[in-house]
Order: sequence, then C-alpha cells, then structure tokens
Amino acid sequence: MSKFRKKKKGELPAISTASLPDIVFMLLFFFMVATVMRQNTLMVNNQLPFADQVEKLDNKSLIMYIYAGKPSSRYQSSAGVQARIQLNDKFANVNEIKAFVLEERSQKREELIPFLTTALKVDGETNMGLVNDIKKELREINALKINYTTRSGKATQNKN
Amino acid sequence: MSKRQLPEVNAGSMADIAFLLLIFFLVTTTLEADSGISRKLPPIMDDVPIADIKKKNLFVVEINKSNELLVEEEIIELSDLKELAIAFLDNGGGVNDAYCEYCQGAKDSFSSDNPEKAIISLRNDRETSYAVYIAVQNELVAAYSFLRNREAKRIYSISFEDMIRNYEDVSYTGNRLNLKNQIEMIKKMYPEKLSEALPIN
Repeated sequence: MSKFRKKKKGELPAISTASLPDIVFMLLFFFMVATVMRQNTLMVNNQLPFADQVEKLDNKSLIMYIYAGKPSSRYQSSAGVQARIQLNDKFANVNEIKAFVLEERSQKREELIPFLTTALKVDGETNMGLVNDIKKELREINALKINYTTRSGKATQNKN
Repeated sequence: MSKRQLPEVNAGSMADIAFLLLIFFLVTTTLEADSGISRKLPPIMDDVPIADIKKKNLFVVEINKSNELLVEEEIIELSDLKELAIAFLDNGGGVNDAYCEYCQGAKDSFSSDNPEKAIISLRNDRETSYAVYIAVQNELVAAYSFLRNREAKRIYSISFEDMIRNYEDVSYTGNRLNLKNQIEMIKKMYPEKLSEALPIN
C-alpha cells in the first residue's frame, strides 16, 4: 500500500512556464509585422481639423505626406512663428515641393505612379493662402490626387 | 575519463528579453490608418474652355477672410449649408431637355435646372482658416452623399456607401461588374461638380 501514498497531500505541482517565451514571441512577431514606424518627426503644430465625410487611406506605401503649420515651440527661434511647410524632416519652401514629388516618384515603380496620393496634413489654424500655394505646385507637377487628412468628428467642432 | 557534460544554458531569461522587445514594439506601433477627404485637383490646361454657365446653375459659396460663410452673398451658419446645398442640387427646375425626373426638390425656376448642370463654386480668401475650409468641404461632400444615398436606396435598395464598400471588399460574392455599373449610374445622376476658383488675393 505504501506504493500509492508517495505523493504528499495538498501540494499543487508548479505550472510549467516553458511555453511562456513561445507565447511572448508570438505576440512579438505580430507587433513587429504590424508596426509602421513613424516616418517623420513633426516639427510643426499639427492639430488637424475635424470632418466626417472621410475615406480611409489604406496603402501607406503610395502616400506622400506634406505637413504644414506653425513651427513647434522649440523650432520657433530658428524658423519663426509663421506657418511653414515640412517635407520629410526639414522645413521647406513652396518651390521645393516639386523636387519632393519628383523624388518620391523616382522611388516608386512606374506603374504605381498614377496611384500616388498626396496627404496634406495641415494644421487647422493655417491660412488658406499657404494651402493654395501647395495645391498650385501640385497641379503644376501633375500630382492631382490629394487627401486632406482630418480627425474624425463633426464639422461644427472646428473652431474659427 | 568520463566525458564531461556541457552545462545546459539557462533559458529562464529568454521570456524577459522577449518581453522587453514586445513592449518596445507595443509602444511604437500605430495601427490606425489615416483618413481624410479625398479630392482631385483639376489639371492645368493651356486653353481653358470658357463654359457658358447660367447664373441660376451656379451656387456660390464663399468664405471671407474673417471666416464668415456666404452663400449667394448672404451670411449663413455652417449648420445650414448642407440643407441649402441639397435644395440647390436637387431642385430640378429644368424643362424639356433639361428636365430631371428623379429630383425631389422645389422645381424653382430660379434655381438649378438639373444635378448635371448644377455647379457649386467654392471661393476662399488667402486669410481664410484651413479648419473652416475643411468644415465647408465636408458639408458639401455630405450634401452629395446624402443625395446619392437616397437615389441608391430608391433604385437598388442599398445605400451608396454600402455599394462602394461592397465594391472594395475582396470577399464580395455578388456581380462586381453589375455593381460597378450601378455605382457609375448613381454617380452620373449626382455628379460631384465642385469648382474652386482661385482666391481673390
């Protein structure tokens, strides 16, 4: 009978944690694949306006971003307080947009170029003058597909 | 001499390392896609054809430099813009050739003939704020999608937004070609004719 009484009573066996790394690795790979790193560091204020008639921008590789707005406080001493355009990681003038678009196009396959969309991420307080200048440049270089990036919300949330 | 056994590498800290990486990627992940109002800019043409547009077929929306909204030279509230735009587009005051049988508007002879001729002209000043401009764009797009939804529901008993969603859905099982024709049909009934004039300084 002593054969069957070997186990001590009331002690739970320890749960094996050997599969814990596997689970964590699985999660890790999911996030590694799903991650899109932020491409640019924002140097301008970017409080996007609200809108509800929006379309999703799906294909991230076919979008070029143009930021505009007042320089953030840490750049105001060097860049001034007037609204500026940001292309990639630096402030730019309106006439640099064409070169930017051409460079973006040269990185894409030729058949994808007509699908390139320009996402305008413009701060809500910016004057339309600057936006019109950007649009004029885009028209001249024939980059006609644009998207005014917005936050979702009612249009009436936009304060003057 | 007995063979020396290699000590086993302790894998206990593997989980810690993996967690560290996991947390890094968790923090840097931005999953949400950008969304916004899509527009198509008009191409630059050398010889602009001068269109003969009757004044009654033109709906002038202007935002002045103090961000006031003017429709046909009268100040209105942003919340009223959608209703006014719908009333204008859906008026259908045309007769004979220009008659619009699906319009449900007031058939006012001083407003637009039919949706195909109705043009909304959006003007803004250089000092207009971008947020107000987007709000106005948003309301005008909302007016078009309201009318398109209404017609799509009436003819195909499905909203226009759902039609578009089905068309973009890769797992849609219905007849895609048919659906595409239906979408084109609705788009033709209420074409988005939004003209943006160059700002007056």
